[in-house]
Amino acid sequence: MWLTRPFRERSTQLFLGVLLAALAIVTFLNLALPADNPLHVSTYTVTLLGKYLSYALLAVAVDLVWGYLGILSLGHGAFFALGGYAMGMYLMRQIGDRGTYGDPVLPDFMVFLDWDSLPWYWLGFDMPWFAFLMVMLAPGLLALVFGFLAFRSRVTGVYLSIITQAMTFALMLAFFRNEMGFGGNNGLTDFRELLNFDLRSDATRLGLFIATGIALALGYVICRAIVASKLGRVSVATRDAEARTRFLGYRVERFQLFVFVVSAMLAGVAGALYVPQVGIINPSEFSPIFSIEIVLWVALGGRGTLYGAVIGAILVNYAKTVFTGAMPDAWLFALGGLFVLVTVFLPKGIAGLLAYRFKRDRQASRSHDSPKEAAA
Amino acid sequence: MRMIRSFVPGLLLLCLLFGLVPVVQAQEDEAAGQALLEALAVSSYEAKSEAIESIITSGDERSRRWLEELLGGKLQRHKETGRFVIVLENRGRNWPVIDALSFEDAGEMSRRDLDRIGINNALRGQLQSALAVLDLYTDDVDDRRDAARELLGSVDAAMVEPLRELVGSEDDAEVRRLLEQGLAIHRLNEGDIDAIAELEGSLNSRVRAALNSATRSDNPLVADAASAALLDIEQKLRINSGLETLYFGLSLGSVLVLAAIGLAITFGVMGVINMAHGELIMLGAYTTWGMQQMLPGQPGLALVLAIPAGFVVSALAGIAIERGVIQFLKGRPLETLLATFGVSLILQQLVRTVISPLNRTVVSPEWMSGSLMINEGLSLTLNRLFVLGFALVVFACLMLVMRRTRLGLEVRAVTQNRAMARAMGIRATRVDIMTFALGSGVAGLAGVALSQLTNVGPNLGQNYIIDSFMVVVFGGVGNLWGTLVAGLSLGVINQVLEPWVGAVLAKIVVLVFIILFIQKRPRGLFPQKGRAAEG
Repeated sequence: MWLTRPFRERSTQLFLGVLLAALAIVTFLNLALPADNPLHVSTYTVTLLGKYLSYALLAVAVDLVWGYLGILSLGHGAFFALGGYAMGMYLMRQIGDRGTYGDPVLPDFMVFLDWDSLPWYWLGFDMPWFAFLMVMLAPGLLALVFGFLAFRSRVTGVYLSIITQAMTFALMLAFFRNEMGFGGNNGLTDFRELLNFDLRSDATRLGLFIATGIALALGYVICRAIVASKLGRVSVATRDAEARTRFLGYRVERFQLFVFVVSAMLAGVAGALYVPQVGIINPSEFSPIFSIEIVLWVALGGRGTLYGAVIGAILVNYAKTVFTGAMPDAWLFALGGLFVLVTVFLPKGIAGLLAYRFKRDRQASRSHDSPKEAAA
Repeated sequence: MRMIRSFVPGLLLLCLLFGLVPVVQAQEDEAAGQALLEALAVSSYEAKSEAIESIITSGDERSRRWLEELLGGKLQRHKETGRFVIVLENRGRNWPVIDALSFEDAGEMSRRDLDRIGINNALRGQLQSALAVLDLYTDDVDDRRDAARELLGSVDAAMVEPLRELVGSEDDAEVRRLLEQGLAIHRLNEGDIDAIAELEGSLNSRVRAALNSATRSDNPLVADAASAALLDIEQKLRINSGLETLYFGLSLGSVLVLAAIGLAITFGVMGVINMAHGELIMLGAYTTWGMQQMLPGQPGLALVLAIPAGFVVSALAGIAIERGVIQFLKGRPLETLLATFGVSLILQQLVRTVISPLNRTVVSPEWMSGSLMINEGLSLTLNRLFVLGFALVVFACLMLVMRRTRLGLEVRAVTQNRAMARAMGIRATRVDIMTFALGSGVAGLAGVALSQLTNVGPNLGQNYIIDSFMVVVFGGVGNLWGTLVAGLSLGVINQVLEPWVGAVLAKIVVLVFIILFIQKRPRGLFPQKGRAAEG
């Protein structure tokens, strides 16, 4: 079966092994060791790692479209944020009458705006299954409509990048408006519990971390499966020579649309896992800069390898945590410098370095495949 | 006291016309002044009104100051001594005062010892029109116009005769027209139907108020004529506000064109995605600020010098970006996009660290502030007019460079067929550098212009980068005319939408419109045809 095929690949086995081992070790260090042990991992760190893992899933989603379809999306932050908002709306409804104003149905900001009933698009978000469905459907639907229009009229390359950027910019402006009913500038926050688990308790935080890790593993396997399938071959062909693939008789836009929508849904899931760990979702997640940053994670890790995206996301965000804590002014210099250095000197990213170092001898046999896949 | 200079003949005339006081002696008599003011210190407003009248007709040189201070509530009387003073500043417990008769410093007085000479709305109106009438005799045309405008709607029976005389002796047509309108309003209030004809077409709000009250007149003929005239005026006002929207739209559009035109060269002609374009604009704006710091007190000169300086600074920065980053990424547009985005982050942070994360103020020179009055309902702010003109000039120059110079020819040759151009002896690398410098320099010019309209801060460029790309893509890549048309029309569309849906939603609507438009016409408004389109 196509979904189980990735488990037979060595690279996937290695990736899953490392990921699951990391999850197990962190869980052990957090639970079994007393807090004063130097090896103890605090719950704060666990949540931080959980945030990195949700970013890693987002990076995998971006790598799927950029690395294997050749579409540089500068709007994946929008899908991420939409998933996050869907989750945030569910969490808001869970607060119930414990908000500042004590309204049993309306979230605080709506009471503040003098609204007397929920807008229609908030209906149903008190049911977890519906909210979790919307986590995938909302970004998927946006990607479907946007992708359908764009791919049908063969908007590609730089043009597509620019209009995806315009899309997320427009959404950011829209979500900043109070009238939209998503909390405006402040976004959604002050969450209490998820599926009756208290979000502030250590156990829930650890659980969310593990859940994010598992979601990343699943997302990775799904992407690998897509990439290794015939569909994946066609999308790689599209990336390398779109016109030629079309002349060979493939309906290129359908492949593009499918992969784009899957990627958007994965990004939505990443957003939904990110929100309960961070505790807030606001329109800044829609900002074009965030979307470009995601692309940098992928570029640094190595485009078109999937695991490279994970490495890049974790490395850059770890560096960001360290820098913004120690030298906040230097962070943008470092980030900007990274953009320049990676694109000019490290076009294949860290994964490319690894491949060059360890797999030099195996490169020749993969010349028909993408050169970047040699790493896999 | 510029009033008093030209006063004596005017006042004499005025007093004769009012015909109330037979003899006027402009004497500096303390007692006479004290008596005039004493008459004000009564509780009855009617008595005060008469006292004001007699001050006006006294011909005393100080009367103007008295009336002004009375209007401002600054003319006060000491409770015990009965001495009149003018309060200079009414803050705190003790107020600095000057003597109302000699205007000499009188030290400080406790506010408890002072009695303000109160006025009501009727008196305020009387004072204002009295002051306006006094102003009608000054030599300065602008002052006379202001005074005549002030008089509209407050002409009363006593003023009719002197004003008629004034109309006859007035040289300035504008003042004459305003005075006639003022008289017409008075006649209209008396029920004269012919007065409406004189008021037709005026956009002044007081004329409209007068016509409005005339529509409720007892005489149905007058009421009908007034409402007809009012409808006509409202029609004119609508056209005016339409023109105003168009002006603001063109102004916003000119900003977009300026921001995008450099990009139209680097992205449109060369095919290089420069995400640091916004920061090159920012550098131009900061150059203007720097120039003003170097030439304090001469904002105009600094601004003029900033035009070439901004061009050079941004062009040099552009060359550095081209040599340092972009030349290594030829033919990889997506990587170029990412690398130049990195450059933009570095430039932003550089400005934050070196200069300041806060906005800097760039002063507008005097000849750029103020506005150009087209008519009473429509005035165009001068700084926006200058930016609009500047954008058109920059556009024309760029057009000339691209169409008529050796460089333009070489640029077009290199973009159409690089290998062939090189075979013909064109140094392609040099052309790349020159083109990029040109596009970047134009970004710097945009920054100089923008510094006159918005805040100069590290985020200045970021706010324009997405808009600029939209304009270039909307207009058609590689087409300068397309950029001009796209920028101006997007600006106008934005302004037309704004009153309906608000500024933010208007922007969203425009973005969505462009996204949909690109689906329909992926190559923009004016797609390239022929050889150039193949690349």
